Amino acid sequence: MLNFILLIFIYIGIYAISALGLNLIVGYTGLLSLCQAAFLGIGAYSAAVLMTAFHFGFWEAMFISGIITALCGMLIGIPTLRLKGDYLAIATLGFGEIVRNIIVNWDSVTKGPMGINGIPGPELFGFMFSSMDKISWVILIWVIVGISYYFVRRVVRSRVGRALEAIREDEIAASAMGINTAKYKIGAFTTGAFLAGIAGSLFASYNQSVAPLTFDFMMSIMILCMVVLGGLGNNYATVAGAIIIVITSEIPRLFGISHIIPPQLNQVIFGLILVLMMIYRPQGIIGRVKLNYAKILKKEILNLEK
Amino acid sequence: MPLLYTQSLRREFGGVVAVSDVDIEIFKNSITGLIGPNGAGKTTLFNTITGLDYPTSGFVFFKGEDITPLPAYKITRSGIARTFQNIRLFKEMTVFENVMIGRHFRANHPHIVKNKLINFILGRIFVKQEEQDIYESSLKWLDFFGLLDFRDEYAKNLPYGKQRELEIARALATEPEVLFLDEPAAGMNPQETDELMVTIKRIRDLGITVVLIEHDMKLVMNICDKIIVLNYGRKIAEGTPAQVQNNKEVIEAYLGKTDE
Repeated sequence: MLNFILLIFIYIGIYAISALGLNLIVGYTGLLSLCQAAFLGIGAYSAAVLMTAFHFGFWEAMFISGIITALCGMLIGIPTLRLKGDYLAIATLGFGEIVRNIIVNWDSVTKGPMGINGIPGPELFGFMFSSMDKISWVILIWVIVGISYYFVRRVVRSRVGRALEAIREDEIAASAMGINTAKYKIGAFTTGAFLAGIAGSLFASYNQSVAPLTFDFMMSIMILCMVVLGGLGNNYATVAGAIIIVITSEIPRLFGISHIIPPQLNQVIFGLILVLMMIYRPQGIIGRVKLNYAKILKKEILNLEK
Repeated sequence: MPLLYTQSLRREFGGVVAVSDVDIEIFKNSITGLIGPNGAGKTTLFNTITGLDYPTSGFVFFKGEDITPLPAYKITRSGIARTFQNIRLFKEMTVFENVMIGRHFRANHPHIVKNKLINFILGRIFVKQEEQDIYESSLKWLDFFGLLDFRDEYAKNLPYGKQRELEIARALATEPEVLFLDEPAAGMNPQETDELMVTIKRIRDLGITVVLIEHDMKLVMNICDKIIVLNYGRKIAEGTPAQVQNNKEVIEAYLGKTDE
């Protein structure tokens, strides 16, 4: 039982990292992207290939696969610059399917439908993280969640974050304010993909294996659900969304009633959550918070006010 | 030499010629009015100058340089700011954040540009300087328009007149040399229009050149040094308010021809 709860927390962490990335793309920049699972898949597979075929250590592999995924994010970012709203969503959906098909069919590298097995765990100062030892994995993954959270927070609480939000609100007005919208849109995609790549390499290393069917469209929807449920454009809400969604989807197994409630019901639940949220609380459970700049800068409002 | 001028600027949409070989000259520290009946091509002219739209042919020169091929954000960075006819604020952002966006590209503090990577790793110190710079100059512009009390409101919650002011404040935060106002008095009551006239004069007194499209003749005739009249995409008259008021073609464009 304890093991199962720890397992849930490992998955929450992995999803939270990629949801933080997606939040940057969807929540802040307002670009509806449905290919976060593809980015996770690219990250997981590049880490798997690097570690099994080229015998890289985990940390190098994690970093390199993050970079590879970021480049893929840039690649999808450039042609979609001209696309908006629904059309962008369709293009990213197509990209996700392309990635999945490449993974299934590129036998020489990805071993096709069989997937890649025997991926080693990370090693830190001589300490081996084994999949049996779930507690150390939970710590490792949540430390990385913390770093990612801090990273994203730093980005969004600067002028870069404000520029992203301006693009979400009104792209034309943003460009009339001297913001290079193309640069920031590609930047959002690249950064979001990088985080998904990191999450993917953790996923591969923890499971010791990767299989192509894991990174399907449903996974993208699940990550999108986390972002929407918590609140678009709010990072801790996104993490909260990841916790709620993963726990919800694991409840049948958690209480040992999976023979009554089949796992397929998850898809019904996610659909229901999205519909209900859109009707009753489109801003998410927590929603966006106003930043108090005076407090952030620890500076009283100037004498101007008098 | 004029601060900004166009050379036979032309914009066609299919067979429609929205702006037809227009030459205008904007002089430093003046207020220029652009008037004309609906559909005369005033906003299209604004869009082609500010880079939101590309001209079919012709050129725009600013401070002696050809800025025609530049994208909108580079034109803004070169010192041309604008507002929009249908207010385009960042609605889900606070009043303060809206103005801070205007300051976005000016905040390149010398330390920050040099040490982008170090800045990113060490973080707080330089970002703090940068944010402080943005913060202070944004406060200055909010104060200029008396919007300080509204600073933590979402832009969408402001009353209409204040939204117009906020849009001008946001444009001014980019520290422009030329400010293009697209129908700033639209939807304002006479009292608000009077206040706007004072505001525009104050902006001019800061050394900023103002170009405005406006239908409110009282405002245009009172504050403009020069008026340019467009009709069917062509420039039909140009001159001081008195000259334009007595111009036969202008009277015809607004009131129709007199049958003798």
